Amino acid sequence: MTDTTLAQAATLAEAPAPVPHRRRRLTPGSVAGQIVLYALIVLLALIYIYPFLVQVATSFKSEQEAALDPISLLPQTFTVAAYERLFLHSDFPLWFANSAIVTILVTLGRVFFVSLAGYALARLRFRGRGIVFALVVGVMAVPAVVLLIPKFLVLNQLGLYDSYAGMVLPLLVDAAGVFIMKNFFESIPVSVEEQARIDGAGTFRVFWSIVLPMARPALITIVILSFQGSWNELSHFIVATQSPELTVLTKGVASLSSGQLSQGTQYPLKLAAAALMTIPVAVLFFIFQKRIMNTSEGAVKG
Amino acid sequence: MSATTTPAATAPRPVSPRPSRSGGTRRGEAGAGWLFVSPVILILGTFLLVPVLMALWVSFSDWSGRGSPLSPNVSFIGLDNYAAITTEGLATRDFGTALRNNAWYVLLVVPLQTALSLFLAVLVSRRILRARGFFRTAFYFPSVTSSVAITVLWMFLFSFAGPVNAIIAWFGGEGPNWFRDPRGLVHVALSGLGVTSGPDALTQNTALGLSWWDWLAGPSVAMFALILMAVFTTSGTFMLLFIAALQNVGYDLTEASMMDGANAWQRFWRITLPQLRPTLFTVVTLGLIGCWQVFDQIYTGTQGDPAKTTMTPAYLSYTAAFGNNNWGIGAAIAFILFLIIIVFTIFQRWALRDRPVSRRRIRAYQSSAQRKGAAS
Repeated sequence: MTDTTLAQAATLAEAPAPVPHRRRRLTPGSVAGQIVLYALIVLLALIYIYPFLVQVATSFKSEQEAALDPISLLPQTFTVAAYERLFLHSDFPLWFANSAIVTILVTLGRVFFVSLAGYALARLRFRGRGIVFALVVGVMAVPAVVLLIPKFLVLNQLGLYDSYAGMVLPLLVDAAGVFIMKNFFESIPVSVEEQARIDGAGTFRVFWSIVLPMARPALITIVILSFQGSWNELSHFIVATQSPELTVLTKGVASLSSGQLSQGTQYPLKLAAAALMTIPVAVLFFIFQKRIMNTSEGAVKG
Repeated sequence: MSATTTPAATAPRPVSPRPSRSGGTRRGEAGAGWLFVSPVILILGTFLLVPVLMALWVSFSDWSGRGSPLSPNVSFIGLDNYAAITTEGLATRDFGTALRNNAWYVLLVVPLQTALSLFLAVLVSRRILRARGFFRTAFYFPSVTSSVAITVLWMFLFSFAGPVNAIIAWFGGEGPNWFRDPRGLVHVALSGLGVTSGPDALTQNTALGLSWWDWLAGPSVAMFALILMAVFTTSGTFMLLFIAALQNVGYDLTEASMMDGANAWQRFWRITLPQLRPTLFTVVTLGLIGCWQVFDQIYTGTQGDPAKTTMTPAYLSYTAAFGNNNWGIGAAIAFILFLIIIVFTIFQRWALRDRPVSRRRIRAYQSSAQRKGAAS
């Protein structure tokens, strides 16, 4: 993974130019202001971080302790009962596996199809290209929530309801991804491809062995977006599946949350499940942090 | 895949059908082009275009969920489904309540998230600040997590014996039973002033089955907790948009105004903010569009309770169709929602029209907007 990080750090294609002026003015009067500012920003950061810390802490508490002392970050009696129950006595591992399968398939599919289409729309001249692009842009404007009922209708009609195909296929293509890839391909020089074409390479060959390797930064963006998008997706799976064997993490944890599998509040259990489902996207986030933040931070921090 | 994609390109070399600018090297492009976009067209067409048309038909039909909506037993009933949710009766009252709830949600979330994200961006963009990366990460992290995970966390934080109430108690206050409290905030404030029932002018007149007094109730305490959650999870994404915009703000003007003796406060309002206007518009519009789509949080957390005060049109559309088999009504709600969102999208186009915006800035919006879309 490190080489990926290094490569994308070197090719932060769209990072804004570093700010030219970096001056430190520390007049005596502004020192007090600085202290107030720091206090404020630290307080804000605390408000943003504390919920996640208390989440992890509570997941290791017993249920009584979670109710009696909800704010402490150190469990008095440390217990992994919640995790034990999740892994050994619930469908959690199955949900996790389903989410992983769907996310991997969707990410692979999207990277391929979206870059293929983006390349065609950016580089290949064909009749109807404008219409196709207009369709893609138009589709981006349709809000996901409006599609709940429609998606179910079509999946049902096609006999794909409650199947892996029905879970994966509709997510395989993402109009926004096509848009990003098209923009990217338009920003790189065409001369290398022309050379390969003159040497007799076919269109797909040019795309696969010449263009795609150059598109690495944009592909990483697509990977991040697809992974995060499909891992966190809920509404599509609500309308696409029904059987317990096909439940993904979001749907499963949502059912935990509404108390379908437990009596009482069960906060340690629910919070443990929520924390575990956050780990993969959190890892992805920290790996590609600089790219996601889209700033020149890494270069000037010191 | 390559086997199916290459024939057009490797086809025998006879004369190319149309003369193209780069001569022989552009041979077979049309075929390849269509092949390359065909998966996208096929999938978007099957799972987006066709479904929307089908749902449009369902919204004008009496389909009850059995069999195919395209079968001959299903008949066209015109605007009946739309009338059912806009004239009178329980369905109308539910729809009115959902619209009221969501409108208050929009009214509070959009200004709060915009102001907070701008404030955070300005804070972490200060050149003197140390550990900027750490603070940016802290503020952005909630945007990465799934809406389900964050809702589960929120249900705990705002539970009656949860951390938020414990902290309120710590300061000597008494927190409400957040997710069980259906009282509207405006009504709570008014009853604090001794006003417990509205004037006749407000209670006697109704719109969508709801009296004006109820429309003005404000978001319920439960909804308010969800409003705070929305602000918490979206401010990071929008902060990134503002950070990118702040980096494009020229330093020359700021420097010049410093020479003229403007203080930091004046510099922000007079110099920086006007230059952020396009970003401000984008953030507000993305916020408006996103806020009308509240679904995951309601499905995971409150299911519309207490007393339907966290019901939103999106969730109502889902329960009407999947819960009560009122597919026509569910689809009709979805299309009205679609209309509302389109109006806001057009508003954005109109508001951003004729404004000189650099290509780079447009790209920055788009990629962040996608990121936001993917995150929600």
